[in-house]
Amino acid sequence: MKKILFLAIFAAVIVSCGGKSTKDTALATGKLALSGTIKIDGSSTVFPVTEAVAEEFRAVAPKVKVTIGISGTGGGFKKFSRGETNLSNASRPIKDKEMAACAANNISYIELEVAYDGLAVLVNPKNDWVDSFTIEELKKIWEPAAQGKIMKWNQIRPEWPNEEIHLYGPGVASGTYDYFTKAIVGKSGSSRGDYTASEDDHVLVQGIAGDTYSLGFFGLAYYSENKDKLTLIGVDNGTQVVKPSLETVSNGTYTPLSRPLFLYVNSTSVASKEVVSFVNFYLENAGELSKDVGYIPLPTEKYDAQIARFNAFVTKNK
Amino acid sequence: MVSEKNTNQIMNKIRVNRWKDQLFKVWGVACTLIGLILLVVFIGDILIDGIMRIDWGFVTDLPSRKPEKAGVFTALMGSLWVLVLTTFIAFPTGVAAAIYLEEYAKKGRFSAILEINISNLAGVPSIIYGLLGLEIFVRILGLGASVLAGSLTLSLLILPIIIVATRESIKAVPKTIRDASYALGASKWQTIWNQILPAASGGILTGVILSLSRAVGETAPLIVVGALAYVPFAPGHPLDDFSVLPIQIFNWISRPQHGFIENAAAAIIILLLVTFMMNGVAVYYRNKWQKKWK
Repeated sequence: MKKILFLAIFAAVIVSCGGKSTKDTALATGKLALSGTIKIDGSSTVFPVTEAVAEEFRAVAPKVKVTIGISGTGGGFKKFSRGETNLSNASRPIKDKEMAACAANNISYIELEVAYDGLAVLVNPKNDWVDSFTIEELKKIWEPAAQGKIMKWNQIRPEWPNEEIHLYGPGVASGTYDYFTKAIVGKSGSSRGDYTASEDDHVLVQGIAGDTYSLGFFGLAYYSENKDKLTLIGVDNGTQVVKPSLETVSNGTYTPLSRPLFLYVNSTSVASKEVVSFVNFYLENAGELSKDVGYIPLPTEKYDAQIARFNAFVTKNK
Repeated sequence: MVSEKNTNQIMNKIRVNRWKDQLFKVWGVACTLIGLILLVVFIGDILIDGIMRIDWGFVTDLPSRKPEKAGVFTALMGSLWVLVLTTFIAFPTGVAAAIYLEEYAKKGRFSAILEINISNLAGVPSIIYGLLGLEIFVRILGLGASVLAGSLTLSLLILPIIIVATRESIKAVPKTIRDASYALGASKWQTIWNQILPAASGGILTGVILSLSRAVGETAPLIVVGALAYVPFAPGHPLDDFSVLPIQIFNWISRPQHGFIENAAAAIIILLLVTFMMNGVAVYYRNKWQKKWK
């Protein structure tokens, strides 16, 4: 009996705490008298941007409840195509199969680009022989045929040292790996297997930082946080050698190792004012906020063009 | 007749056996210490990384893109909600099922099939429960990605553990107690309620607590069910959206900014505290009930 009483009190405490938070947010001064819920799910890569936007939107429209899940791009589209979410985060464009699923449920949508993600190719700071890689060289190092064969630096360029090359990269389950293999090897998910893989990019940073003969790749944001421990290598795309930076990724010269991040909006959701207002707020502020979380903004005119395109979409679907 | 040579041989054998005995003892101590040392190293490492980050604000703040402004409030509330709901669902169900299987079920093919299935369920990977929960609770029952759906899924996950633990504790109750109760004219139910259950309560509670500790650390099935990574409000009722501490930790660990690593360590400390407090409560009640019964 006492145990039940104890649990009941415990539950009551939790409920009262829950009440407190909503009161707090309601007390904040809001500019927009909007309310309702906006459900978002999808890629965990896009999550930080959307989270930042939702956080700032809280100050503008405190009564709108924005929730964001991280089921992954594919998992997000599954829910999106069933009409379970209003918006979907995606680190790649929607696939034909997912389009068909949307069509089968009578769901139409608009695709918006919200930011760029750059992939950085890195070596140890003690490495003084590499200044750039060509796409072909990267392919030669990472393609499946290289396994057990391309093992030394001087196999890539004869003037490089006769030392073993140690490779570091994200695990095969990550979107970053998919993207790198597609851009470099030509086929998504196809690479040599004998490299040090980790789902935790911090481990890759440590690995490359402590190994003179290392070479690795991962998201540019991890380089920005560890500039003193790593050396960034430019990629020769055929016409020039480009290092990834805010500028080169944003203006599209750092190819092919940069990708856009997407937001998909369900057409029936734009009937509710809070969704329209949120998406507009997103496109207006994504430039600033994506920098905060380590991504790269689109050029301003691209955001403006998308705001126009989105509002045309809203008018059409009202 | 035992010759001197034979005596020597026997003495040698005894010596070797004693030596083996000692060796095993050392080996046993080493094995125990490995577990303990790893735990100390792990907790120490987490404390060093995270303890400075914990203040009142960290517990009461909402998620944020700035590591120093972010807090675990909604995730912590979500975890507590899940914990309480899961207890309310899994504890009575699991104990009742165990009582039925141990006391009422006739030994036969049906109960054999039940038993094998329950043991098998205990070995099913947790993500499978997530998929089951998504289909049944979220979609068919229409609960949505709610705290209730998450708690029901976790209840399924830990039910087999509770059932097995409860049955073992009921089996361990001395037969004399049962006989004495019947001799005094008590009915079956009176015997179970007044004698067997109090006598078995220690083991039952231990099982429940171990399984709840597992539930509170689960991430995969809840992500599948649709627990969120960003929720700016604590659940107000069982059908609200929610997030839990392990998802928050997972999310922070995968961020490039160093501040989030500290946050993750701090959130792990909070999660450990929740587990320790829960264990403390259980130990307290276990001792109290056991005293009463004795």
